[in-house]
Amino acid sequence: MSYKSIRARFFRSLVTTMTLVLAVSFLAFSQISIDIADAMLVSDNPVFHRILLQSGYDILPDDVSLSASPKQRWIVVLSLLVCVVGIINAQLMSVTERFREIGTMKCLGALDRFIVRIFVMEASMQGFAGSVTGAFVGGIAACSGAIFRFGTDILPIFPWQDILSTSALAIGTGIGLSLLGVLYPAIMAARMQPVEAMRVEQ
Amino acid sequence: MNREMIIKQIVRVTGVTKDFDLGKIVVNVLKGIDLEIETGKYVSIMGPSGSGKSTLFNMIGGLDKPTEGKVFIDEVDIAQLDAYELAWLRCRKIGYIFQTFNLIPVMTALENVTLPMTFAGVPGDTAISRGMELLAQVGLEGRHAHKPAELSGGQQQRVAVARALANTPSIILADEPTGNLDLKTGEEIISLLKQMSEEQGVTVISATHDYKMLNVSDQVIWIRDGRVDKIQDRDELEIHTGGMSS
Repeated sequence: MSYKSIRARFFRSLVTTMTLVLAVSFLAFSQISIDIADAMLVSDNPVFHRILLQSGYDILPDDVSLSASPKQRWIVVLSLLVCVVGIINAQLMSVTERFREIGTMKCLGALDRFIVRIFVMEASMQGFAGSVTGAFVGGIAACSGAIFRFGTDILPIFPWQDILSTSALAIGTGIGLSLLGVLYPAIMAARMQPVEAMRVEQ
Repeated sequence: MNREMIIKQIVRVTGVTKDFDLGKIVVNVLKGIDLEIETGKYVSIMGPSGSGKSTLFNMIGGLDKPTEGKVFIDEVDIAQLDAYELAWLRCRKIGYIFQTFNLIPVMTALENVTLPMTFAGVPGDTAISRGMELLAQVGLEGRHAHKPAELSGGQQQRVAVARALANTPSIILADEPTGNLDLKTGEEIISLLKQMSEEQGVTVISATHDYKMLNVSDQVIWIRDGRVDKIQDRDELEIHTGGMSS
């Protein structure tokens, strides 16, 4: 059922999903870039160390891992924040648009739980699609960026495992954000009195 | 009057008033309504617009709470029910038909009919076969895969009738079911409702200002200015509106 209503409002869902794609891909990109730089650092290859220094990373002699600069972290957090706000806005719109539909369902005996479930399921589908795409796009961008910057020499030391786990984390974050964004609109929809919902003109 | 004592009263409304607080002024829409509706009857509530028909309707349907007074459905005071029980009541006991059809636009006719069964926890296959049966009963065989937008007004209202019947309710509440339909389709819907009420013993309560409804009603309740003006049984009615044929 949720799938259908996504299809019916395909374009709008696409916009919501795109917000997620962008935010998650940014998150994945920055994290995976760090993963790769980490791997280069750990590889103990002086050539890599020099390249890293050249490309602007600050390495102290006894560092074993690099971390994102505070500024970079801020940007990631901000992008995620903007994404949540965007999702809340989009879902609120979709609730208002479906006032009558929700009212009808409540008249027919739908429990509050059911209404919440519809919206949560819709959001998790969008969240999943958006996050997976986002993580994929971000991962590809980070990897190809690294190859472009550091040359193909880094391929043997590519930290595949780290990249995968980082992507998984980014996907999880994306789905979490999507659910977080839908919670308030869904609860608002479920709490609505059917009479009030029916009174709204279409 | 012995007969009436045996017949069960499915809806009982006692001293119901309803005020709407519009900020500066308070509008008393209902000013004390007492009603008793018997099981299996086809009852029309007539009255000019603004007389409080729809408000009374929402009270009976448990969609709104009266300011004062009580509404009993099957001898249960609906003010005492919690949200879960109210949802159960709406799901199993009452079928709604609206003036504006209110079908879910993204679903097919069949899915619209099976929706209340989903809420009632009927397993999918049973729901689908019952849904097809209901659609056939209202004369919509072969149209089950159509979306509401692909159906005419009369057909949409037929789907709504089938949906109202989905969980074999004891009451069907129809709020101006013919309000958005032309004369002929309106008549078809009315006779469909009448047929359903006769075949399945469902109590049909409809609000209307459509005089076509009078012909099939067992009882007509006239509402004026938030009060019950008069209640007429079918036989009295035919004397009153002698010119009409039934």
